[in-house]
Amino acid sequence: MQLPPALHARLAGAPGSAEPLPVERDPAARTAPFRFAPRPVRFPREHDFFEEGDVQRHLYLQDVLTQVGGAPERPRVPEFTCQVAGCCQVFDALEDYEHHYHTLHRNVCSFCKRAFPSGHLLDTHILEWHDSLFQILAERQDMYQCLVEGCTEKFRTSRDRKEHLVMRHLYPVDFRFDKPRKSRGPVMPGAAEQVLAEAPGDDGVPSEVDAMEVCSEHVEPPPAPAGERRAYSHRIPSTICFGQGASRGFKRAKKRNKHQ
Amino acid sequence: MWSRQRGRLKPLCCGVEELRCRRREREAALRKARREQQLVSKRLLRDEALEEAEEGCVAMIFGEAEIQQFLRLAQRGTEEKEREGALVSLRRGLQRPETQQTFIRLEGSIRTLVGLLTSNQALLQLEAARCLHELSHSEQSAVVEACLPATSYLLTYLSGHSSDFIELCLYTLGNLIVESEAVRRQLLPQGIVPALAACIQSPHLTVLEALGYALSQLLQAKEAPEKIIPSASTDSSVLGSTLPQHMLQLLQPGPKLNLGVAVEFAWCLHYIICSQVNNALLITQGALSTLGLLLLDLAGAVQRTEDAGLELFLLQKQPSLLPEGLWLLNNLTANSPSFCTSLLSLDLIEPLLHLLSVSNVVSVLVLTVLCNVAEKGPAYCQRLWPGPLLSSLLDTLAFSDTEVVGQSLELLQLLFLYQPGAAQAFLQQSGLQALQRHEEVAQLQDRVHALQQTALHG
Repeated sequence: MQLPPALHARLAGAPGSAEPLPVERDPAARTAPFRFAPRPVRFPREHDFFEEGDVQRHLYLQDVLTQVGGAPERPRVPEFTCQVAGCCQVFDALEDYEHHYHTLHRNVCSFCKRAFPSGHLLDTHILEWHDSLFQILAERQDMYQCLVEGCTEKFRTSRDRKEHLVMRHLYPVDFRFDKPRKSRGPVMPGAAEQVLAEAPGDDGVPSEVDAMEVCSEHVEPPPAPAGERRAYSHRIPSTICFGQGASRGFKRAKKRNKHQ
Repeated sequence: MWSRQRGRLKPLCCGVEELRCRRREREAALRKARREQQLVSKRLLRDEALEEAEEGCVAMIFGEAEIQQFLRLAQRGTEEKEREGALVSLRRGLQRPETQQTFIRLEGSIRTLVGLLTSNQALLQLEAARCLHELSHSEQSAVVEACLPATSYLLTYLSGHSSDFIELCLYTLGNLIVESEAVRRQLLPQGIVPALAACIQSPHLTVLEALGYALSQLLQAKEAPEKIIPSASTDSSVLGSTLPQHMLQLLQPGPKLNLGVAVEFAWCLHYIICSQVNNALLITQGALSTLGLLLLDLAGAVQRTEDAGLELFLLQKQPSLLPEGLWLLNNLTANSPSFCTSLLSLDLIEPLLHLLSVSNVVSVLVLTVLCNVAEKGPAYCQRLWPGPLLSSLLDTLAFSDTEVVGQSLELLQLLFLYQPGAAQAFLQQSGLQALQRHEEVAQLQDRVHALQQTALHG
């Protein structure tokens, strides 16, 4: 800071730090033909006053102006292999590796090895797929939380939640990160609904340990024109899975109770 | 990976004069666009290193068959490098508008691309995202809107951890946002505001700058004051989220301040504030003090003298800021005796007077600020006197601009009223002659005559 400290302090502090001079107006001041009156000015967004600034802003965005930040150097390195057990992906740039790691090894379910794009989805998955307490509670109350961050709606079934995602949040009908659970264990009430919801031919078991999406190889999804949304509940496509993940077990009640 | 095209002058391809000319053209185009309320600018992220490696390979125009082949190879190829290579080729082709058009009209193309975007192969994901990014930058609405099926995934990925990928998603989203209200009508219910609010906690500067860009595009939208900013909105609203607090935090002056990031969020704040939705809320969150301190910090970086100065010195160094700075001064001094007193006691009048010769707009603003001070009465006028004020006023009376002269007359009247001896001094310095030239001007004559009377007869 180059300003004298006293000045800086004065300016940074409350404006009334010095006694203001006494105000004493003469009514003759504002009599015709004189008309000055002090008043704060407000400009609406579209006002010409902002034209110059807006033009500068857009030149900046279009890269015509010199930008203020610097682009960091991204060097290539000698080839190296991913160190995670069982993964033999090779890289020659650290950033490529970073993305690979985060995509495949970071948010991984320790139970079924599926990977997820975010911690939030992983937590939801663990809860809904691997938590028996969840299944029990789900019989009596709405436990399926909406996947959109910030939305606190909860639903009785995974299918209801999906309908909400489609109708309320305009999500695609075949959103890949929301698959109803295929029940493999003892049949639980409510699970029957979910089993019916899945098209035949989908065995639900991942063919490769690392595959995030079982069905990515044979995607032939049904066309989804706008009119189909209404009929969605009766026809959930099979090309949906939760993906696979890296080691993370339970993260208990804390997340459940976190409401926006 | 990704770096930004830094407006680097590619050597030897054009001269300085041509660059200036191009810039003037761009400016003119932007002004026109703004007047028509069509101001849309997008950011394109391209890897400089990749570009250099690909130099000499001009982006080709691909036909349907070629595009189909690339997609098939990317989706079902056996060799990973083969699949990636196919997408890279496609991405380069998509730099051409013709290829873009062909691509979007090809049945299933976007669906396949989205499938690759959400696949288990990280590098395929990235290339697919880059393809989408090229599409998002298009000037053709149809091309941009073809990207809509991908938005829920782009938003989902914002909660991930791969900073480069997130940066790319953010710039793509920003480009989509600015395209049309139709796009925003999908993005808002999909939860873009909460997604951004979660993402703003990232420690990565590149992510933050990209986020600021995307958010600024959202806030610049025509419908933002009604549908995006207010906290009463149902879907998601900026003022109802934690975004303002984080924005202000990122604007705190100090060693951690990053200019690229700060620029974006400063614009975000500008759009919010001039929408005048709920500025009181921002003030309670400390907006005024943060911005004030930031301005001081920036001013301190610019000026090097020990003399009194604040943003006035900054203004002298940065003339493009003069209108805004003076506007600020006006609003501060209009109804505040404290600010007026500060202006006087910090000896800021003389620097203000120096600004009188810059332009008519600036002169009017300076004179208005001075009137704000003078109208508060004798105690204030006393502090304005004696000094360079009178001779400055005599100079401005020589201007031909009616508004400048008019404001000078108002100030003179206040001085005559509150400061004994002012009228005398005015007469002695040939003030009457200065007034004479405006005797016939319609908007000025009444005031001119009144002042002549006061000066002559007290």
